[in-house]
Amino acid sequence: MTKTPKVQLRGLYKIFGSRDKDMMAHVKAGMGKPELLEVHKHVLGLQDINVDMQAGEITVVMGLSGSGKSTLIRHLNRLIEPTVGEILVDGIDVTELKPADLRKLRQEKMSMVFQKFALLPHRTVLQNAAMALEVQGIDKDTREAEGMKWLNRVGLEGYENRYPAQLSGGMQQRVGIARALTSNSDIMLMDEAFSALDPLIRTDMQNLLLELQTELQKTIIFITHDLDEALKIADHLVILKDGAVIQQGEPQSILLNPADPYIEDFVSDINRARVLRVKSVMQPLQDPTMMDKLKGQKFAGDVDIRDNLESLIARSEGDTSLQYRVMDGDVPVGELNMRDLVKALVPRISSTA
Amino acid sequence: MAFYDGLFDALGLRDWCDQGEDAGPMSMADLLNANNANATDPNAQAFPFPSLDNLHEVCGSIMQTRDFTSGIKEAFLAARPGLKAFLDPITQPLSWMLDGALWLFTETPWWLLIIALLALTWVASRSAATVVLVGITLFVLAFIDHFEMAMQTLSIIFVCTSICVVFGVPIGILMSKFDTLRRMTVPILDLLQTLPTFVYLIPLIFLFSVTESKLYGIAIILYAIVPVIRLTDLGIRLVDPDVVEAADAFGMTGLQRLIKVEFPLALPNIMAGVNQTIMMSLSMVVIASLVSAPGLGRPVLQGIRELEIGVGLVAGLGIVMLAVILDRASKAALSRVDMTNKKQ
Repeated sequence: MTKTPKVQLRGLYKIFGSRDKDMMAHVKAGMGKPELLEVHKHVLGLQDINVDMQAGEITVVMGLSGSGKSTLIRHLNRLIEPTVGEILVDGIDVTELKPADLRKLRQEKMSMVFQKFALLPHRTVLQNAAMALEVQGIDKDTREAEGMKWLNRVGLEGYENRYPAQLSGGMQQRVGIARALTSNSDIMLMDEAFSALDPLIRTDMQNLLLELQTELQKTIIFITHDLDEALKIADHLVILKDGAVIQQGEPQSILLNPADPYIEDFVSDINRARVLRVKSVMQPLQDPTMMDKLKGQKFAGDVDIRDNLESLIARSEGDTSLQYRVMDGDVPVGELNMRDLVKALVPRISSTA
Repeated sequence: MAFYDGLFDALGLRDWCDQGEDAGPMSMADLLNANNANATDPNAQAFPFPSLDNLHEVCGSIMQTRDFTSGIKEAFLAARPGLKAFLDPITQPLSWMLDGALWLFTETPWWLLIIALLALTWVASRSAATVVLVGITLFVLAFIDHFEMAMQTLSIIFVCTSICVVFGVPIGILMSKFDTLRRMTVPILDLLQTLPTFVYLIPLIFLFSVTESKLYGIAIILYAIVPVIRLTDLGIRLVDPDVVEAADAFGMTGLQRLIKVEFPLALPNIMAGVNQTIMMSLSMVVIASLVSAPGLGRPVLQGIRELEIGVGLVAGLGIVMLAVILDRASKAALSRVDMTNKKQ
C-alpha cells in the first residue's frame, strides 16, 4: 500500500515502575516479563510495538487480559506515557507534545469510548453527548444541536433529558459513542467498548459501529478480547501476547495462516464458515483476458466476493462438486471450487495432529 | 531517697549538684518535710522512679516538675505579644461577623426571622416535611421563651460553619491533589479531633480577652472544621477513576476536571462533611459558653453551677431540638444534591 498510515507506533516500550528508563537496558538485552518482575520488580507492559493504522480502517488489537491491550490504546492519547518509542499521528510525534497541544489533540483529533461507559452521572444524556464540544469551548446551542444530531444517529431520540443511570448498558454505550462522534475527531479509540454488554446487545452495537463506519470512514482503534468480535469488525488485526505483537495482518489471512501455536489455539474454536469470506478461499483471476474464458465455463452460479462461506454451503446444499463464479459488483474476479471451501473449514491444527 | 546519691557521686557530679542546692524556692512538700525532719516519709520507696522531683531531692541542680510547667507558661507568655500582634488583626473580622450575626438574629422581629428561616430551609432542602418540622420546633422554643437564646446559638453556628466551609473545602481539595500536603495535614486534623474540647480554650484565653467574640469563634472553628476537610478529601479521592480518565481523554484541563467532574461527584460526601461540621459547631458552642459565648449553653452552665436542674434540663432539651432541625435540614439538602443516588 502506498497510503501513509494515519497512526504509526514505532518501537514502543512501556515498563511500569519507578526506574523504567534504567530497565530498558535489561529488556533490550532480552530479559523477559517474568524475569524482570522477579529480579527488578518492574512490570514489562509493552515491548517493541510497531503497528501502522490506516486512515478509514478499523484496527483491532486483540489479546487476553494482561496482554497489554488497554495499556497500548492509552498510549495513543498519552493517558499513559511510553518509556521509549514514537507515536506518530499524521506524522506528528505525540510523545513530544506539550500539555496544551496534547489537550488540543485529545479534544479535536482523538475521542475515546470506554468499557465501563464512564459517562458523567450528574449530567443528562444530551449534556454528556455535548461534553467534548463543551471542553472545546463551543457555545451551548451549537454543541447541543450537534449532540442531538449524533444521539439521533445512534438511535437515542427522546432520551436526551434522561440521566445515564436511567438507561440500560447498551443505551449508555450508545451515549458513549455519540459523545465520541460529537467531538468530530478523525480517530476513535474504543477500549473494550462492547465487552460489558450482553451478547445480543453486543451484536447490535457491532452492527451499529460497522454501519457508522461505512458512512463516516473514521480511523478506529478497537480493543477486544473476543476473537469473534475482532474478526467481524477488523480491517487490520493485531494480536498481542505478554505485551508483544505476535501476529498482525488481514484477519482472514491470520485465521488461515496462524503464525504460532498461541494463535492456532485461539482460532481453533471459531465458526470458520461464518467468519471466512469467499475472497479468502477463491482462486483469483490472474489475467484479465481470461474473463471471457470464464464465461464459457460451466458455473453453478455467481457469488459475491464478500459472502461468507456459511451462506455458500447453504446455497450449494452441501454439493462439493460445484464451482461458482466470484463477482465483485458486476466484474468477475475469480472462481470458487467447493472442495477448496470445505478444506478451508478445517483448522490447521487438526491437520498436523 | 538516698538511692540516687551514689549514682551522682559515681558520675562525679556532686559539686555540680550542690551548686544548685538553694537556687529554687522551697516547695510546700519541702516545708512539710522540714517540719517533720525526724519522722520517716511513709511514701519513701527503696527504689523510686527517677522522676524530676525525686532526682531534685538528691541533686539540687536538676529542676522540679513545677519548674517545667511554669517554664512552658513563661514561654507562652513570652510569645504572647508577638502572636497577639499577628493574630489579632487577622481574626478581627471574625469578631465583627459574630457580633453582626448576633445583632441580626436578635434584633430582627421574631415573625420575620421565623419566615426567613423557613424560607432558607425550603431553599436548601425542598422538602415540605422538613419545613414543617423546623416550624414546629421554632414555635416550641419560642413558646418556652428560649427563642432568643436559640437564635444566638444558631447565629454563631451559621457564622462558624460558613467559615469552616470556606476554608475547609479548598484545604480538602488541595489534600486530595497533593499527597505530601495530605501527609502533613492529617496529624494536625487528628490532633484537633482528639484534643479534649476544654483544652482548646486554654491557649485562647491567654491570647484573647474573654470579652471578645472571636475567642469562642476560633475554638468552635478549630473543632468543627475537621470533618469538612476530611470528607472533601475523601470525596474527591472516591470519584470513579473511569470518569476522571474520560475527562482527561476528552482534553479537560485540571481545573475543568475539578469543576465539571470531581466536585459535583464528590458533593454528597462534602455535604456529609458539612452536616458533621454543623453538629460539631453546635456541641462546641455549648462548651464555649464557659468563655462568654451567648446562647443556650449559658442556662446549661447555670444549671450546673447553681444546681438549677430545671433551667439546665430545659435548655439542654432546646439544644437537642436545635440539633434535630439542623441535622434534618442539612441531610435533606444532602440527599437533594446526591444526583447519583436520586436518578436510579
